[in-house]
Amino acid sequence: MNSYISLFDVIGPNMIGPSSSHTAGAVNLALMAYQLFARPIARVKFTLYGSFAQTGRGHGTDKALLGGIQGFATDDVRIRDSYALADAAGLEYEFVWDETTRTDHPNTVDIRLESPSGEVQTVRGESVGGGKIRILLINGIRVDFTGEYSTLVVRHADQPGVVAHVTQVLSRHGINIAYMRLYRDHKGGTGYLIVESDESIPGHFLKEIRENEMVHEIMLIQI
Amino acid sequence: MSMDFSSGKELDQLCRDRGIRISDAMMGRETELGHTDEKTVRERLKRSLKIMEASVHEPLGQPRRSLSGLIGGEAWKVYDAAARGAGEMPPGGPGNPTPALLCGEALTRAIAYSMAVLEVNAAMGLIVAAPTAGSSGVLPGTLFSLSEIFDWSGEKQADGLLNAGAIGYLLMRNASVSGAEAGCQAEVGAASAMTASAVTELMGGTPEMCLEAASLAISNLLGLVCDPIAGLVEVPCQSRNAVGVANAFTCAQLALSGITHPVPFDEMADAMYRVGRSLPWELRESARGGNAATPTGRRCAAKSGCAECHM
Repeated sequence: MNSYISLFDVIGPNMIGPSSSHTAGAVNLALMAYQLFARPIARVKFTLYGSFAQTGRGHGTDKALLGGIQGFATDDVRIRDSYALADAAGLEYEFVWDETTRTDHPNTVDIRLESPSGEVQTVRGESVGGGKIRILLINGIRVDFTGEYSTLVVRHADQPGVVAHVTQVLSRHGINIAYMRLYRDHKGGTGYLIVESDESIPGHFLKEIRENEMVHEIMLIQI
Repeated sequence: MSMDFSSGKELDQLCRDRGIRISDAMMGRETELGHTDEKTVRERLKRSLKIMEASVHEPLGQPRRSLSGLIGGEAWKVYDAAARGAGEMPPGGPGNPTPALLCGEALTRAIAYSMAVLEVNAAMGLIVAAPTAGSSGVLPGTLFSLSEIFDWSGEKQADGLLNAGAIGYLLMRNASVSGAEAGCQAEVGAASAMTASAVTELMGGTPEMCLEAASLAISNLLGLVCDPIAGLVEVPCQSRNAVGVANAFTCAQLALSGITHPVPFDEMADAMYRVGRSLPWELRESARGGNAATPTGRRCAAKSGCAECHM
């Protein structure tokens, strides 16, 4: 975690150029979408807005996004060849360069992922500078997290008891919660619980969290 | 007692109290706040140095064009000219006269190296942002030129990164290292200050001299605008990195000669931030001012490939 400015925030990040916001940030956004989906990807569609759309080609934003969605990190030299690697892997991709739609932040992207069996997930995120990012929407529902902490994302039915269940499991295993937020589309609909922790959240806790029938899906981003 | 510091003044005091160098103080801070040990930090620094070293050398053997075509091959031209000027290579023929080694070997080599890193960056190669991608050439260019000339060890190079990291951290914390926020003075200016301080320590200067070198470096580049043609990290970024190197050399030389800047580092950092915030939006990475807004700059932006703009 990065609550202080580290030596390696100054001498770093180690990254594929040319731009921390338009290249490294784009890698991180797609990598986050890849980790949240946690399934094989058959098709991906990127819609780029604002400065991403206007100067993205010159910054290799498209290669960066296509690299991140294949699981490459910001310092992975394969990013330069991400088109060829996607073709070789049989990954279908599409880019939409939307220079007219206004978004809150100039470097915004929508990522639509589809699995071979047709499951779809959409993620909207923005690159806020220095390679840092923020995830704004998952499947159209407003969320807000950065991936700088270990992040647990729980999609659940908006019913009583879900939050208590999740926090009980974490507390039982001694996981300290740094931040926790709750989002939903409408009352009684679909909710997202976002839990951020300073320490890593071991994957085997997820089984216990899944035991509650209100919990539909769990995604885990590990620092 | 804590090894953390939040200003140049505190850093200076910490070094005095303990009789340590700035690099030692930064190592102390990093291990304390990161809950880690010196060995782990040095391992990571080794990785940073390895990437840096590859990025200063790679374009000399294998020049590569940037995605836009605006830059590529400049580092090799400078390096080649320097080698011919130094008599290491046969002089050029008619129409390609042997250039004088105007800047001397150390500076010329550092300039070539710093421009090389920007070429790697613009061609989607691997670099270490120091503190940013747009200013990533200044520190490694200088460090590896001097390392080769003075035969500095990897350990000593790592000390250089620690010292530079301390200055960069203070500027990041108390001012800005973002071109969009405070112009090029915050990017190449910061990189130059970090490098001037690091070189001062590596050449035997005191922590006080390091802070003087950094203050001088910031002062010299105060007000430098961020005006990238076509919004790309290429022109004028590449040659600004070369200037950041020359400024770092100059300021380290001044500080090591005992010359001081009347304005202390913390006030200089604050001045840089205030100047940056008062720059109009057009001159803060928007590609709407300076070089970018010239008729030629606009033509470059309108073209893909930009062949017309380049020799």
